[in-house]
Amino acid sequence: MNFKALTATIALIAAAPVVALAGGADDDTLVLNGEVEMTTKAAAPAHMADTYVDEIISGWHFRADETQALQMDDFENQGMIFVDDGLATWETVEGSEGKSCASCHESPDSMKGVAATYPKWNEDAGELRTVQMQMNDCRVNRMGAAPWKYDAKVAINVEAMIASQSRGMPVDVQIDGPVKAAWEQGKELYYTRTGILELSCASCHEENYGNYIRADHLSQGQINGFPTYRLKNAKLNGVHSRFKGCVRDTRAETYSPGSEEFIALELYVKSRGNGLSVEGPSVRN
Amino acid sequence: MKLTTIICAAAFAAGAANAADVVAPSDASFTEYGEIEQSLTGVPGNPEEGMKVAIDKGLGNCVACHKIAQLPDVPFHGEVGPELSWTGEVRSEAELRGILANAKMMFPDTVMPAFYKTSGFIRPGNGYTGKAAEGDIEPILSAQQIEDVVAFLMTLKES
Ligand code: HEC
Ligand code: HEC
Ligand code: HEC
Repeated sequence: MNFKALTATIALIAAAPVVALAGGADDDTLVLNGEVEMTTKAAAPAHMADTYVDEIISGWHFRADETQALQMDDFENQGMIFVDDGLATWETVEGSEGKSCASCHESPDSMKGVAATYPKWNEDAGELRTVQMQMNDCRVNRMGAAPWKYDAKVAINVEAMIASQSRGMPVDVQIDGPVKAAWEQGKELYYTRTGILELSCASCHEENYGNYIRADHLSQGQINGFPTYRLKNAKLNGVHSRFKGCVRDTRAETYSPGSEEFIALELYVKSRGNGLSVEGPSVRN
Repeated sequence: MKLTTIICAAAFAAGAANAADVVAPSDASFTEYGEIEQSLTGVPGNPEEGMKVAIDKGLGNCVACHKIAQLPDVPFHGEVGPELSWTGEVRSEAELRGILANAKMMFPDTVMPAFYKTSGFIRPGNGYTGKAAEGDIEPILSAQQIEDVVAFLMTLKES
C-alpha cells in the first residue's frame, strides 16, 4: 500500500523533533541551588497500600534533563520571577483596612510549612481550605479587599511565593478526622473514569506512569511541585487548572477551579505525595 | 469545531453505505469473547483511510498509545498499549472490530477507549472543550471509520 503521500504530510505537520522514547523515572538527584537535596522518591504512604504504587515519585523525574536543570538553580527557574511578583503583592496595601499581607504576617518566612500541610481543616470556619481559600479569607475578612478569582495570576504568584518558603520540607497533609469525608470524595474522583474516553486520573498516573502517551512522558501526577512554571505557557500554573486540563482531555465536562470537587481532589492527590519534598515553584514542560 | 468535522467526515465516509445497513452503536452485537462478527456497514474497509484515522489526534489517535512500526514517519508513538505492528497476523477482523468498538468487552477495565459507543458515560464532554456534551452523543468513530481501521490493522504484518 502507498503511505508515502500521507506520511509526507505528517512529517510536515510535526514541528517538534522526535525524541527517543525511554520509559520510567530517571535516577537523577534534585539538589536545589547546590545546597538543599530534595526528596523526590519516597515509600508510598500507608493509605496507598491498596494501589499499584509502592514508591511515590516527583514529576521532576519524568522531565528531560534540560527541563530538570532549570529547576535546580533559582536563577534559571523562571518561576522565581513570579515569586518576586508574589512578594511585591505580599507587601502591597489593599482594601478598606489599609493593610498588606505583610502588615500582619511580616516576613514571608512566617509562611514556612503552609505549602506542606495544605489543604487543611480550618476549625473556626469548619471547612477544608486550600492556600488560595485561606488567602482570600484574609483578604475579605481581614483586609476588606476583594477575593482573588481562583487560580488568577496574582493569586498563583502569591501562592508560589508561599510554597517557596517550604521547599525541601516533606508534604504532610492530614487525611483523617474532620477532613476524612473530603479525602474520600477526592479518592472517589481520582478513580472515576470520566468523559467519552472513559479515563480516570489513575488510568494515566497510576497504571501508566513512566509510559509515553503520544509525546508526553506520564508522571504520577503529583502536586508537590505546584504551582508549576510550564515552558508551554511561560507562566505559573495552579493545581486546579492542571486538574481541569487533564479532565478535559478525557473529553469530559470538567469541574471548575475552586469547586468543592477540585478542593477534595487536591487534598487526595496531595496526600499521595506525603513524604515528597515541596518543590513549588517547579519547572515542567 | 471538532465534533462537526467528525460528523461531516463520518457522513462523507459512510456515503458509500446505505444508511439503513449501518449497525448503530447500541445494536452492535458482541460475542462472548468481545468480537463483532458482522461488518458494521457492509462496505469493505479502506486501509488508507483507516491509517488516517489511526494517526489523527481528533479521531482514533491510536498511535498515542500504540507503537505501529509501519508508520515510522509519524512522530511520537505511545507505550500505553501493546505494539500493533503484527496485529494483522494475530487478530481476526471480528476481534479487531470488537476491540475497536468497545475494547472493554474483551479486556475488562482496559484503559483503551470505546470508539463505537454512545451511552453510559460519566460527565461526557463536548469534544475537548471541557463543557458538557449537548444532545445525542456521537461515537468517536463512525461505522465506516471502524471498518477502515480494521482494514488498516489487517495490513499490519511483520513481513
Ligand atoms: C489583619 C491581619 C492579616 C492580614 C492583613 C492577612 N492575614 Fe493571613 N492570617 C491572619 C491570621 C490572624 C491568620 C490565622 C487565621 C486562622 O488560623 O484562622 C492568618 C492565616 C493565614 C494563612 C494560613 C497560615 C497557616 O499557618 O495556616 C495564610 C496562608 C495567610 N494568612 C495568607 C495571607 C495572605 C496571602 C495575605 C495577604 C493577601 C494575608 N494573609 C493577610 C491575619 C492576616
Ligand atoms: C489521558 C491521560 C491523563 C489523564 C486521564 C489524567 N492526566 Fe494528568 N497528566 C497527563 C499528562 C500527559 C501530563 C503531563 C506529563 C505528566 O506529568 O504526567 C499530566 C500532568 C498532570 C499533573 C502535573 C504533574 C507535575 O509534576 O507537574 C498533575 C498534577 C495531573 N496530571 C493530575 C491529574 C489528575 C488529578 C487527573 C484526574 C482528574 C489526571 N491528571 C488525569 C495525562 C493525564
Ligand atoms: C488510551 C490508550 C489507548 C488508545 C488511544 C488506543 N488503545 Fe488500543 N489498547 C490499549 C491498551 C492498554 C490495550 C491492551 C488491552 C488491555 O488492557 O489488556 C489495547 C489493545 C489494543 C488491541 C489488542 C492488541 C492485542 O492483539 O492484544 C488492538 C488491536 C488495539 N488496541 C487497537 C487500537 C486502535 C486501532 C486504536 C485507535 C483507534 C487504539 N487501540 C487506541 C490502549 C489504547
